[in-house]
Amino acid sequence: MSSWLTPLIILVVLLLLGAWSIWLERRVLALWQDRLGPNRVGPFGLLQVVADMIKIFTKEDWVPPFADKVLFIISPMIVMIMTLLGFAIIPFAPNIQISQFDHALLFLLAISSLSVYSIMLAGFSSNSKYALLGAMRTAAQMISYEVFMGLALMGVVILADDFSLSAIVAAQADVWFICYQPLGFVLFFIAGIAEIHRAPFDLPEAETEIVAGFHTEYSSMKFGMFFIGEYLGVILISSLITTLYFGGWQGPLLPPLVWFILKTGFFVMFFILLRAAIPRPRYDQLMVFAWYILLPLSLLNLLVTGAVKLSLLG
Amino acid sequence: MLETIFIITAAIILISALLTITAHNVVHALLYLVVTMLAISLIFFILGASFAAALQIIVYAGAIMVLFIFVTMMLHQGEKSLAQERHLFHFTTSITALTLSSLLFFELIYMLFFTSADTANSMVTAQSSAIITVKDIGKQLYGPYSLLVVISALMLLSALITAIHISKSPATIQIKAKGDNL
Repeated sequence: MSSWLTPLIILVVLLLLGAWSIWLERRVLALWQDRLGPNRVGPFGLLQVVADMIKIFTKEDWVPPFADKVLFIISPMIVMIMTLLGFAIIPFAPNIQISQFDHALLFLLAISSLSVYSIMLAGFSSNSKYALLGAMRTAAQMISYEVFMGLALMGVVILADDFSLSAIVAAQADVWFICYQPLGFVLFFIAGIAEIHRAPFDLPEAETEIVAGFHTEYSSMKFGMFFIGEYLGVILISSLITTLYFGGWQGPLLPPLVWFILKTGFFVMFFILLRAAIPRPRYDQLMVFAWYILLPLSLLNLLVTGAVKLSLLG
Repeated sequence: MLETIFIITAAIILISALLTITAHNVVHALLYLVVTMLAISLIFFILGASFAAALQIIVYAGAIMVLFIFVTMMLHQGEKSLAQERHLFHFTTSITALTLSSLLFFELIYMLFFTSADTANSMVTAQSSAIITVKDIGKQLYGPYSLLVVISALMLLSALITAIHISKSPATIQIKAKGDNL
Protein backbone atom coordinates (compact mmCIF):
# COMPACT_ATOMS: atom_id res chain seq x y z
CA MET A 1 0.00 0.00 0.00
CA SER A 2 1.47 3.34 -0.99
CA SER A 3 2.40 5.80 1.72
CA TRP A 4 -0.34 8.34 1.03
CA LEU A 5 -3.15 5.82 0.68
CA THR A 6 -3.37 4.77 4.35
CA PRO A 7 -3.71 8.32 5.70
CA LEU A 8 -6.27 9.12 3.00
CA ILE A 9 -8.39 6.08 3.87
CA ILE A 10 -8.16 6.89 7.58
CA LEU A 11 -9.19 10.50 6.88
CA VAL A 12 -12.22 9.55 4.80
CA VAL A 13 -13.32 6.86 7.25
CA LEU A 14 -12.97 9.27 10.16
CA LEU A 15 -15.02 11.97 8.46
CA LEU A 16 -17.74 9.45 7.63
CA LEU A 17 -17.68 8.06 11.18
CA GLY A 18 -17.84 11.60 12.57
CA ALA A 19 -20.95 12.28 10.51
CA TRP A 20 -22.56 8.93 11.28
CA SER A 21 -21.99 9.18 15.00
CA ILE A 22 -24.47 12.07 14.89
CA TRP A 23 -27.06 9.58 13.68
CA LEU A 24 -25.90 7.08 16.29
CA GLU A 25 -26.21 9.60 19.09
CA ARG A 26 -29.71 10.68 18.03
CA ARG A 27 -30.94 7.08 17.73
CA VAL A 28 -29.41 5.87 20.98
CA LEU A 29 -30.51 8.94 22.93
CA ALA A 30 -34.02 8.38 21.61
CA LEU A 31 -33.87 4.75 22.71
CA TRP A 32 -32.88 5.73 26.25
CA GLN A 33 -35.52 8.45 26.39
CA ASP A 34 -38.39 6.28 25.07
CA ARG A 35 -38.60 8.06 21.72
CA LEU A 36 -38.08 6.86 18.17
CA GLY A 37 -35.42 9.21 16.84
CA PRO A 38 -34.67 9.70 13.13
CA ASN A 39 -36.01 6.55 11.42
CA ARG A 40 -37.55 7.82 8.15
CA VAL A 41 -34.65 8.19 5.71
CA GLY A 42 -33.29 4.84 4.56
CA PRO A 43 -33.11 1.67 6.67
CA PHE A 44 -33.14 2.55 10.41
CA GLY A 45 -32.81 6.20 9.37
CA LEU A 46 -29.19 5.57 8.34
CA LEU A 47 -29.41 8.03 5.45
CA GLN A 48 -30.56 10.84 7.77
CA VAL A 49 -26.96 12.11 7.74
CA VAL A 50 -27.00 12.39 3.95
CA ALA A 51 -30.25 14.34 4.08
CA ASP A 52 -28.82 16.61 6.77
CA MET A 53 -25.69 17.17 4.70
CA ILE A 54 -27.70 18.15 1.63
CA LYS A 55 -29.70 20.56 3.76
CA ILE A 56 -26.67 22.08 5.45
CA PHE A 57 -24.74 22.50 2.17
CA THR A 58 -27.60 24.25 0.41
CA LYS A 59 -28.36 26.65 3.26
CA GLU A 60 -27.27 30.25 2.97
CA ASP A 61 -23.70 30.65 4.19
CA TRP A 62 -24.21 33.86 6.10
CA VAL A 63 -21.42 35.95 7.60
CA PRO A 64 -22.87 38.62 9.89
CA PRO A 65 -21.95 42.16 8.78
CA PHE A 66 -20.77 43.03 12.30
CA ALA A 67 -18.41 40.02 12.50
CA ASP A 68 -14.65 39.95 12.10
CA LYS A 69 -14.81 38.22 8.72
CA VAL A 70 -11.42 36.50 8.46
CA LEU A 71 -11.45 35.10 11.99
CA PHE A 72 -15.11 34.13 11.61
CA ILE A 73 -14.25 31.94 8.63
CA ILE A 74 -10.98 30.55 10.02
CA SER A 75 -12.23 29.38 13.42
CA PRO A 76 -14.42 26.43 12.31
CA MET A 77 -11.47 25.25 10.21
CA ILE A 78 -9.15 25.25 13.24
CA VAL A 79 -11.32 22.84 15.21
CA MET A 80 -11.51 20.38 12.30
CA ILE A 81 -7.79 20.59 11.52
CA MET A 82 -6.71 20.20 15.13
CA THR A 83 -9.00 17.24 15.84
CA LEU A 84 -7.96 15.45 12.66
CA LEU A 85 -4.28 16.14 13.41
CA GLY A 86 -4.77 14.39 16.73
CA PHE A 87 -5.58 11.15 14.91
CA ALA A 88 -2.17 11.18 13.21
CA ILE A 89 -0.47 9.62 16.23
CA ILE A 90 -3.06 6.97 17.15
CA PRO A 91 -1.97 3.37 16.51
CA PHE A 92 -5.15 1.81 15.10
CA ALA A 93 -3.47 -1.56 14.57
CA PRO A 94 0.16 -2.80 14.52
CA ASN A 95 0.83 -1.38 11.05
CA ILE A 96 -1.93 1.17 10.70
CA GLN A 97 -0.60 4.40 12.11
CA ILE A 98 -0.14 7.63 10.19
CA SER A 99 2.89 8.94 12.02
CA GLN A 100 5.27 7.18 14.39
CA PHE A 101 6.48 9.93 16.68
CA ASP A 102 8.63 9.82 19.82
CA HIS A 103 6.84 12.61 21.67
CA ALA A 104 3.35 11.66 20.62
CA LEU A 105 1.69 12.48 23.93
CA LEU A 106 3.24 15.94 24.04
CA PHE A 107 2.07 16.45 20.46
CA LEU A 108 -1.41 15.52 21.61
CA LEU A 109 -1.33 18.01 24.48
CA ALA A 110 -0.14 20.69 22.07
CA ILE A 111 -2.98 19.88 19.67
CA SER A 112 -5.59 20.01 22.41
CA SER A 113 -4.28 23.31 23.75
CA LEU A 114 -4.32 24.84 20.26
CA SER A 115 -7.91 23.80 19.64
CA VAL A 116 -8.99 26.31 22.31
CA TYR A 117 -8.37 29.02 19.72
CA SER A 118 -11.12 27.81 17.45
CA ILE A 119 -13.85 28.41 20.02
CA MET A 120 -12.34 31.55 21.49
CA LEU A 121 -11.96 33.13 18.07
CA ALA A 122 -15.43 32.00 17.03
CA GLY A 123 -16.87 33.70 20.08
CA PHE A 124 -14.80 36.82 19.66
CA SER A 125 -15.28 37.27 15.93
CA SER A 126 -19.05 36.78 16.14
CA ASN A 127 -19.16 40.09 17.98
CA SER A 128 -22.28 39.16 19.91
CA LYS A 129 -22.82 38.91 23.64
CA TYR A 130 -23.87 35.26 23.86
CA ALA A 131 -21.00 34.11 21.66
CA LEU A 132 -18.54 36.10 23.76
CA LEU A 133 -19.92 34.60 26.98
CA GLY A 134 -19.53 31.13 25.51
CA ALA A 135 -15.96 31.87 24.44
CA MET A 136 -15.04 33.13 27.92
CA ARG A 137 -16.41 29.98 29.52
CA THR A 138 -14.53 27.83 27.05
CA ALA A 139 -11.21 29.52 27.61
CA ALA A 140 -11.41 29.17 31.39
CA GLN A 141 -12.77 25.62 31.24
CA MET A 142 -10.33 24.26 28.70
CA ILE A 143 -7.24 25.84 30.24
CA SER A 144 -8.18 24.49 33.67
CA TYR A 145 -8.94 20.97 32.53
CA GLU A 146 -5.85 20.78 30.31
CA VAL A 147 -3.76 20.85 33.48
CA PHE A 148 -5.31 17.64 34.82
CA MET A 149 -5.30 16.03 31.42
CA GLY A 150 -1.52 16.47 31.27
CA LEU A 151 -1.00 15.38 34.87
CA ALA A 152 -3.21 12.30 34.46
CA LEU A 153 -1.32 11.32 31.30
CA MET A 154 2.00 11.50 33.13
CA GLY A 155 0.96 8.48 35.22
CA VAL A 156 0.79 6.41 32.03
CA VAL A 157 4.11 7.84 30.86
CA ILE A 158 5.77 6.83 34.15
CA LEU A 159 4.45 3.27 33.79
CA ALA A 160 5.38 2.88 30.12
CA ASP A 161 8.65 4.83 30.36
CA ASP A 162 7.89 6.39 27.00
CA PHE A 163 5.97 9.22 25.38
CA SER A 164 5.17 7.37 22.15
CA LEU A 165 1.76 5.75 21.87
CA SER A 166 2.91 2.52 20.21
CA ALA A 167 5.37 1.95 23.06
CA ILE A 168 2.54 2.56 25.54
CA VAL A 169 0.39 -0.04 23.76
CA ALA A 170 3.31 -2.48 23.72
CA ALA A 171 3.83 -1.94 27.47
CA GLN A 172 0.26 -3.12 28.10
CA ALA A 173 0.82 -6.58 26.61
CA ASP A 174 0.28 -8.31 29.99
CA VAL A 175 -1.86 -5.97 32.07
CA TRP A 176 -3.90 -3.00 30.89
CA PHE A 177 -2.96 0.29 32.53
CA ILE A 178 -6.51 0.71 33.83
CA CYS A 179 -5.53 -1.79 36.57
CA TYR A 180 -2.61 0.37 37.73
CA GLN A 181 -4.15 3.74 36.99
CA PRO A 182 -7.86 3.68 37.86
CA LEU A 183 -7.74 7.19 39.30
CA GLY A 184 -5.68 8.45 36.37
CA PHE A 185 -8.25 6.99 34.00
CA VAL A 186 -11.16 8.73 35.75
CA LEU A 187 -9.27 12.04 35.76
CA PHE A 188 -8.34 11.72 32.09
CA PHE A 189 -11.91 10.83 31.20
CA ILE A 190 -13.36 13.86 33.01
CA ALA A 191 -10.71 16.15 31.53
CA GLY A 192 -11.42 14.66 28.10
CA ILE A 193 -15.13 15.45 28.36
CA ALA A 194 -14.30 19.01 29.38
CA GLU A 195 -11.70 19.38 26.60
CA ILE A 196 -14.19 18.56 23.87
CA HIS A 197 -16.95 20.37 25.81
CA ARG A 198 -19.51 17.59 25.59
CA ALA A 199 -22.47 17.25 27.91
CA PRO A 200 -22.40 17.40 30.95
CA PHE A 201 -19.55 19.92 30.55
CA ASP A 202 -21.02 21.71 27.53
CA LEU A 203 -21.28 25.09 29.24
CA PRO A 204 -19.73 26.96 26.27
CA GLU A 205 -22.90 26.16 24.32
CA ALA A 206 -25.43 25.79 27.14
CA GLU A 207 -28.63 26.43 25.20
CA THR A 208 -30.75 27.18 28.26
CA GLU A 209 -28.50 30.05 29.32
CA ILE A 210 -26.64 31.55 26.37
CA VAL A 211 -28.65 30.52 23.25
CA ALA A 212 -26.01 28.40 21.48
CA GLY A 213 -22.86 29.86 23.00
CA PHE A 214 -19.89 30.33 20.73
CA HIS A 215 -21.66 29.19 17.54
CA THR A 216 -24.77 31.36 17.93
CA GLU A 217 -23.97 33.35 14.78
CA TYR A 218 -22.86 30.40 12.68
CA SER A 219 -24.95 28.82 9.96
CA SER A 220 -24.66 26.36 7.09
CA MET A 221 -21.44 24.38 6.66
CA LYS A 222 -19.46 26.49 9.15
CA PHE A 223 -21.85 25.31 11.85
CA GLY A 224 -21.57 21.83 10.35
CA MET A 225 -17.81 21.88 10.84
CA PHE A 226 -18.20 22.74 14.52
CA PHE A 227 -20.77 19.97 14.80
CA ILE A 228 -18.72 17.26 13.11
CA GLY A 229 -15.61 18.54 14.92
CA GLU A 230 -17.34 17.81 18.21
CA TYR A 231 -18.10 14.21 17.22
CA LEU A 232 -14.59 13.73 15.87
CA GLY A 233 -13.41 14.95 19.28
CA VAL A 234 -15.53 12.27 20.94
CA ILE A 235 -13.96 9.61 18.72
CA LEU A 236 -10.47 11.02 19.37
CA ILE A 237 -10.85 10.99 23.15
CA SER A 238 -12.41 7.50 23.03
CA SER A 239 -9.57 6.11 20.95
CA LEU A 240 -7.06 7.77 23.28
CA ILE A 241 -8.68 6.16 26.31
CA THR A 242 -8.51 2.84 24.48
CA THR A 243 -4.86 3.33 23.61
CA LEU A 244 -3.69 4.66 26.95
CA TYR A 245 -5.67 2.61 29.46
CA PHE A 246 -7.26 -0.37 27.70
CA GLY A 247 -4.42 -1.97 25.78
CA GLY A 248 -5.04 -0.33 22.40
CA TRP A 249 -5.46 -2.87 19.62
CA GLN A 250 -4.46 -5.84 21.80
CA GLY A 251 -6.94 -8.61 22.42
CA PRO A 252 -7.47 -12.35 21.85
CA LEU A 253 -8.93 -14.10 18.78
CA LEU A 254 -10.22 -11.12 16.78
CA PRO A 255 -7.90 -9.08 14.52
CA PRO A 256 -6.32 -5.97 16.15
CA LEU A 257 -8.30 -3.42 14.17
CA VAL A 258 -11.59 -5.00 15.23
CA TRP A 259 -10.54 -4.89 18.89
CA PHE A 260 -9.61 -1.24 18.52
CA ILE A 261 -12.95 -0.37 16.92
CA LEU A 262 -14.89 -2.36 19.54
CA LYS A 263 -13.15 -0.69 22.49
CA THR A 264 -13.42 2.77 20.96
CA GLY A 265 -17.06 2.20 20.08
CA PHE A 266 -17.79 1.26 23.68
CA PHE A 267 -16.42 4.58 24.91
CA VAL A 268 -18.26 6.54 22.22
CA MET A 269 -21.46 4.93 23.49
CA PHE A 270 -20.43 5.83 27.04
CA PHE A 271 -20.05 9.48 26.02
CA ILE A 272 -23.57 9.40 24.59
CA LEU A 273 -24.93 7.74 27.74
CA LEU A 274 -23.34 10.48 29.85
CA ARG A 275 -25.19 13.08 27.82
CA ALA A 276 -28.46 11.28 28.44
CA ALA A 277 -27.86 10.65 32.13
CA ILE A 278 -26.11 13.58 33.79
CA PRO A 279 -27.38 17.18 34.08
CA ARG A 280 -25.13 20.14 33.40
CA PRO A 281 -23.38 21.67 36.45
CA ARG A 282 -23.32 25.38 37.13
CA TYR A 283 -20.29 27.27 35.83
CA ASP A 284 -18.73 28.06 39.22
CA GLN A 285 -19.32 24.45 40.34
CA LEU A 286 -17.39 23.30 37.29
CA MET A 287 -14.37 25.46 38.12
CA VAL A 288 -14.43 24.66 41.85
CA PHE A 289 -14.63 20.96 41.03
CA ALA A 290 -11.61 21.34 38.77
CA TRP A 291 -9.29 23.24 41.08
CA TYR A 292 -10.36 21.96 44.50
CA ILE A 293 -10.93 18.28 43.75
CA LEU A 294 -9.30 17.25 40.47
CA LEU A 295 -6.01 19.12 40.87
CA PRO A 296 -5.09 17.61 44.28
CA LEU A 297 -6.25 14.19 43.10
CA SER A 298 -4.16 14.28 39.93
CA LEU A 299 -1.07 15.46 41.84
CA LEU A 300 -1.62 12.66 44.37
CA ASN A 301 -1.98 10.14 41.55
CA LEU A 302 1.28 11.30 39.99
CA LEU A 303 3.09 11.22 43.35
CA VAL A 304 1.91 7.71 44.27
CA THR A 305 2.62 6.32 40.80
CA GLY A 306 6.14 7.73 40.82
CA ALA A 307 6.82 6.54 44.37
CA VAL A 308 5.59 2.99 43.73
CA LYS A 309 7.54 2.74 40.47
CA LEU A 310 10.73 3.96 42.16
CA SER A 311 10.32 1.63 45.16
CA LEU A 312 9.72 -1.38 42.86
CA LEU A 313 12.82 -0.51 40.85
CA GLY A 314 14.73 -0.52 44.17
CA MET B 1 16.02 20.65 2.21
CA LEU B 2 16.26 21.25 5.96
CA GLU B 3 18.04 24.53 5.34
CA THR B 4 15.26 25.71 3.02
CA ILE B 5 12.64 24.90 5.64
CA PHE B 6 14.73 26.73 8.23
CA ILE B 7 14.96 29.86 6.09
CA ILE B 8 11.25 29.84 5.26
CA THR B 9 10.37 29.42 8.94
CA ALA B 10 12.75 32.20 9.95
CA ALA B 11 11.12 34.47 7.38
CA ILE B 12 7.69 33.61 8.81
CA ILE B 13 8.92 34.45 12.30
CA LEU B 14 10.25 37.85 11.20
CA ILE B 15 7.16 38.77 9.17
CA SER B 16 4.66 37.70 11.82
CA ALA B 17 6.67 39.42 14.56
CA LEU B 18 6.61 42.60 12.49
CA LEU B 19 2.87 42.25 11.92
CA THR B 20 2.40 41.76 15.66
CA ILE B 21 3.58 45.29 16.33
CA THR B 22 1.96 46.91 13.32
CA ALA B 23 -1.49 45.31 13.48
CA HIS B 24 -4.20 47.74 14.62
CA ASN B 25 -6.57 45.15 16.03
CA VAL B 26 -5.22 43.82 19.34
CA VAL B 27 -6.58 40.32 18.84
CA HIS B 28 -5.08 40.14 15.34
CA ALA B 29 -1.74 41.26 16.78
CA LEU B 30 -1.90 38.48 19.38
CA LEU B 31 -2.74 35.93 16.70
CA TYR B 32 0.33 36.98 14.72
CA LEU B 33 2.28 36.43 17.93
CA VAL B 34 0.81 32.92 18.11
CA VAL B 35 2.04 32.30 14.57
CA THR B 36 5.49 33.51 15.69
CA MET B 37 5.43 31.04 18.59
CA LEU B 38 4.43 28.15 16.32
CA ALA B 39 7.21 29.02 13.86
CA ILE B 40 9.76 29.23 16.71
CA SER B 41 8.64 25.78 17.79
CA LEU B 42 9.29 24.53 14.26
CA ILE B 43 12.81 25.97 14.46
CA PHE B 44 13.38 24.05 17.70
CA PHE B 45 12.11 20.94 15.96
CA ILE B 46 14.48 21.40 13.02
CA LEU B 47 17.40 21.82 15.43
CA GLY B 48 16.57 18.44 17.02
CA ALA B 49 15.01 19.69 20.27
CA SER B 50 11.56 18.19 19.78
CA PHE B 51 10.79 18.32 23.51
CA ALA B 52 11.44 22.06 23.59
CA ALA B 53 9.31 22.39 20.45
CA ALA B 54 6.37 20.66 22.11
CA LEU B 55 6.74 22.73 25.27
CA GLN B 56 6.91 25.91 23.20
CA ILE B 57 3.48 25.12 21.76
CA ILE B 58 1.92 23.81 24.98
CA VAL B 59 3.14 26.60 27.24
CA TYR B 60 3.42 29.67 25.04
CA ALA B 61 0.97 29.19 22.19
CA GLY B 62 -1.46 27.02 24.14
CA ALA B 63 -1.62 28.61 27.58
CA ILE B 64 -0.04 32.05 27.83
CA MET B 65 -1.35 33.42 24.53
CA VAL B 66 -4.82 32.06 25.28
CA LEU B 67 -4.81 34.02 28.53
CA PHE B 68 -3.63 37.15 26.68
CA ILE B 69 -6.44 36.83 24.17
CA PHE B 70 -8.87 36.06 26.99
CA VAL B 71 -8.04 39.35 28.70
CA THR B 72 -8.06 41.45 25.53
CA MET B 73 -11.37 39.92 24.55
CA MET B 74 -12.88 41.19 27.79
CA LEU B 75 -11.36 44.65 27.42
CA HIS B 76 -11.96 44.96 23.70
CA GLN B 77 -13.55 48.33 22.92
CA GLY B 78 -13.45 48.27 19.12
CA GLU B 79 -12.98 51.41 17.05
CA LYS B 80 -13.30 53.78 19.98
CA SER B 81 -10.23 52.60 21.85
CA LEU B 82 -8.29 52.35 18.60
CA ALA B 83 -8.84 56.03 17.90
CA GLN B 84 -7.85 56.84 21.46
CA GLU B 85 -4.61 54.91 21.23
CA ARG B 86 -3.78 56.40 17.85
CA HIS B 87 -4.04 59.79 19.45
CA LEU B 88 -1.68 58.74 22.24
CA PHE B 89 1.05 57.37 20.01
CA HIS B 90 3.33 59.78 18.24
CA PHE B 91 6.34 59.03 16.09
CA THR B 92 8.70 61.12 18.23
CA THR B 93 8.18 58.80 21.22
CA SER B 94 9.79 55.92 19.36
CA ILE B 95 12.99 57.73 18.33
CA THR B 96 15.07 56.49 21.28
CA ALA B 97 13.92 52.91 20.85
CA LEU B 98 14.60 53.03 17.11
CA THR B 99 18.12 54.41 17.64
CA LEU B 100 19.01 51.77 20.22
CA SER B 101 17.60 48.87 18.21
CA SER B 102 19.30 50.01 15.01
CA LEU B 103 22.59 50.13 16.94
CA LEU B 104 22.01 46.53 17.99
CA PHE B 105 21.15 45.62 14.43
CA PHE B 106 24.38 47.11 13.07
CA GLU B 107 26.35 45.27 15.73
CA LEU B 108 24.73 42.05 14.61
CA ILE B 109 25.58 42.74 10.95
CA TYR B 110 29.14 43.56 11.94
CA MET B 111 29.45 40.36 13.96
CA LEU B 112 28.05 38.25 11.16
CA PHE B 113 30.02 39.58 8.23
CA PHE B 114 33.12 41.38 9.45
CA THR B 115 34.50 39.32 12.33
CA SER B 116 36.30 36.02 12.16
CA ALA B 117 33.82 34.28 14.47
CA ASP B 118 32.85 30.98 12.93
CA THR B 119 29.14 31.74 12.69
CA ALA B 120 28.60 29.87 9.46
CA ASN B 121 29.71 26.63 11.05
CA SER B 122 27.60 26.91 14.19
CA MET B 123 24.45 26.49 12.17
CA VAL B 124 25.76 23.29 10.62
CA THR B 125 26.79 21.80 13.96
CA ALA B 126 23.42 22.66 15.43
CA GLN B 127 21.70 20.81 12.60
CA SER B 128 23.85 17.73 12.81
CA SER B 129 23.63 17.50 16.61
CA ALA B 130 21.99 14.40 18.04
CA ILE B 131 18.30 14.42 18.89
CA ILE B 132 17.83 15.34 22.55
CA THR B 133 15.58 12.89 24.35
CA VAL B 134 13.30 13.68 27.27
CA LYS B 135 15.40 11.42 29.51
CA ASP B 136 18.51 13.53 28.86
CA ILE B 137 16.64 16.68 29.78
CA GLY B 138 15.25 15.06 32.93
CA LYS B 139 18.70 13.87 34.00
CA GLN B 140 20.10 17.36 33.47
CA LEU B 141 17.23 19.07 35.32
CA TYR B 142 17.31 16.77 38.35
CA GLY B 143 21.09 16.38 38.32
CA PRO B 144 23.26 19.48 38.00
CA TYR B 145 20.35 21.93 37.75
CA SER B 146 18.15 20.55 40.56
CA LEU B 147 18.58 23.69 42.66
CA LEU B 148 17.19 25.81 39.81
CA VAL B 149 14.18 23.51 39.51
CA VAL B 150 13.46 23.82 43.22
CA ILE B 151 13.88 27.60 43.19
CA SER B 152 11.58 28.06 40.20
CA ALA B 153 9.02 25.79 41.84
CA LEU B 154 9.13 27.90 44.99
CA MET B 155 8.76 31.05 42.90
CA LEU B 156 5.68 29.66 41.15
CA LEU B 157 4.20 28.57 44.47
CA SER B 158 4.66 32.02 45.98
CA ALA B 159 3.11 33.57 42.87
CA LEU B 160 0.14 31.21 43.24
CA ILE B 161 -0.38 32.10 46.90
CA THR B 162 -0.09 35.81 46.09
CA ALA B 163 -2.66 35.48 43.32
CA ILE B 164 -5.08 33.71 45.67
CA HIS B 165 -4.56 36.41 48.30
CA ILE B 166 -5.10 39.27 45.85
CA SER B 167 -8.17 37.70 44.27
CA LYS B 168 -9.87 37.49 47.65
CA SER B 169 -11.93 40.63 48.05
CA PRO B 170 -11.12 42.82 51.11
CA ALA B 171 -14.63 42.22 52.46
CA THR B 172 -14.19 38.45 52.82
CA ILE B 173 -10.79 38.90 54.48
CA GLN B 174 -12.34 41.30 57.00
CA ILE B 175 -15.19 38.88 57.73
CA LYS B 176 -12.67 36.08 58.20
CA ALA B 177 -10.62 38.26 60.56
CA LYS B 178 -13.72 39.12 62.61
CA GLY B 179 -14.66 35.46 62.76
CA ASP B 180 -11.19 34.61 64.06
CA ASN B 181 -11.46 37.21 66.80
CA LEU B 182 -14.77 35.88 68.09
